[in-house]
Amino acid sequence: MQAQKTALYNIHKKLGAKFVPFAGYEMPIQYKDGIVKEHISTRTHAGFFDVSHMGQFFLEGDETLIEALEKIIPADLKSLKINHSKYSFLLNSNGGIIDDLIVTKTDGGFCIILNAACKENDIKEISQFLGENHKYHLNNNLSLIALQGPRSVEILEKLIPNVSNLKFMTGNKFSYDDENIYITRSGYTGEDGFEISISNKKVEKLINFLISNGVKPIGLGARDTLRLEAGLCLYGQDLNEKINPVEANLKWAIAKKRKDVGGFNGWDKIKRLLTNGSEKIRVGIKPEGKVIARENTKIFSTDDKEIGLITSGTFGPSVNAPVAMGYIQSKFAGIGTPIKLEVRGKKYGGKVSELPFYKKNYAK
Amino acid sequence: MSEKKFSKKHEWVSLEGEIATVGITQHATELLGDIVFVEVPDIGKSIEKEGQAAVVESTKAASDVYSPISGEITEGNKTIVEDPSSVNTDPEGASWFFKLKINDKGEFDSLMSKEEYDKFCKENPN
Repeated sequence: MQAQKTALYNIHKKLGAKFVPFAGYEMPIQYKDGIVKEHISTRTHAGFFDVSHMGQFFLEGDETLIEALEKIIPADLKSLKINHSKYSFLLNSNGGIIDDLIVTKTDGGFCIILNAACKENDIKEISQFLGENHKYHLNNNLSLIALQGPRSVEILEKLIPNVSNLKFMTGNKFSYDDENIYITRSGYTGEDGFEISISNKKVEKLINFLISNGVKPIGLGARDTLRLEAGLCLYGQDLNEKINPVEANLKWAIAKKRKDVGGFNGWDKIKRLLTNGSEKIRVGIKPEGKVIARENTKIFSTDDKEIGLITSGTFGPSVNAPVAMGYIQSKFAGIGTPIKLEVRGKKYGGKVSELPFYKKNYAK
Repeated sequence: MSEKKFSKKHEWVSLEGEIATVGITQHATELLGDIVFVEVPDIGKSIEKEGQAAVVESTKAASDVYSPISGEITEGNKTIVEDPSSVNTDPEGASWFFKLKINDKGEFDSLMSKEEYDKFCKENPN
């Protein structure tokens, strides 16, 4: 299959991007500066990310739409106010995570941001619950740009007056260059920032504005180190269909009302796990010294019993140390528990660590 | 300054008497990106020609460093273990990886010259 390209492909090329295939797209892994500089400039200034490969999925319908979606999404969609967003999941009948997502209540429906690699399957899964009165479409005419970092707000405010009024996990329509664009205050880096949904025709103009204001382009490489320092999961690595939200240590993302009343895929199992706890759970791991424990590194107890597996691991440029997360038997999940990590056949020390590794700076 | 020779796996070797110094090339560091972890071999370890000798990791991935020449390790560079990013700064100078006492000077002579290596990199950019 021919790799797809986002509307900004030629701009990335001009900016010196190195491309990698990702979820069927040719995406920049890094630009000229490299991952560490891109990471630091996002934390200290601002960076933009082309995340147009992600699915922007729109649903409309009468009041039965909420009921339908709540069968597969464990968020309290009924109480979700217009222009408010929630982090949630699509769940299978066993409580496993089909995808993780951000759902935003719009005028007359919902917008759901889906992972690029999952979006086709997600739509199949969601549409099973939809009826004749529900309309849906994946909008491929829109680009999605994440602007992240402490300077994001003052820079974007210059272009889009009043965008600074948005609170974390809310959004609104704004006017830009005779077009309606939709902006939410959200992101995947642990920094204050925005996600801007804008037509493929206008996105280049927006990017030129950002570049002229000193915003650096950031590739998937730094996106990964930023999200891992922020303790955020990457679907396909830290989450998959065999892992449920309790194991993923994401039970906070299941709405309280939904926990009690249920009525969603996998609720029986999740309810049991909420009461009894799960056998394994996702934790942060800090390797000792400089050794990097990457995906699939085995975790051992201090008496050399295998107790878990790393799902993401890298060097955290802001923490200035290696960071990782993985699944570990729940009895070893206490913060500070000493563990061992097997890297290239040798065992190195480490500790279960609090998440996030890097403290967030969201605008509340 | 002694002559430097190069391997197809992007290592360089310089030779003084029977002690060879091995590191990775500037071109290798550009391919790897930001280096964040280095492991060097222990003193006394015997290394085969093109055998795995050290490890270098960037933010992206881990890679093995091979020795283009056989011998016995006499020193590993502790400075780059302490500060892996120094490999990006001076890969072909202060940030060498290890030194070894060589078995066969013929192995050194058969490696590529600077000109041959530059040509090799141009023909094999990745």
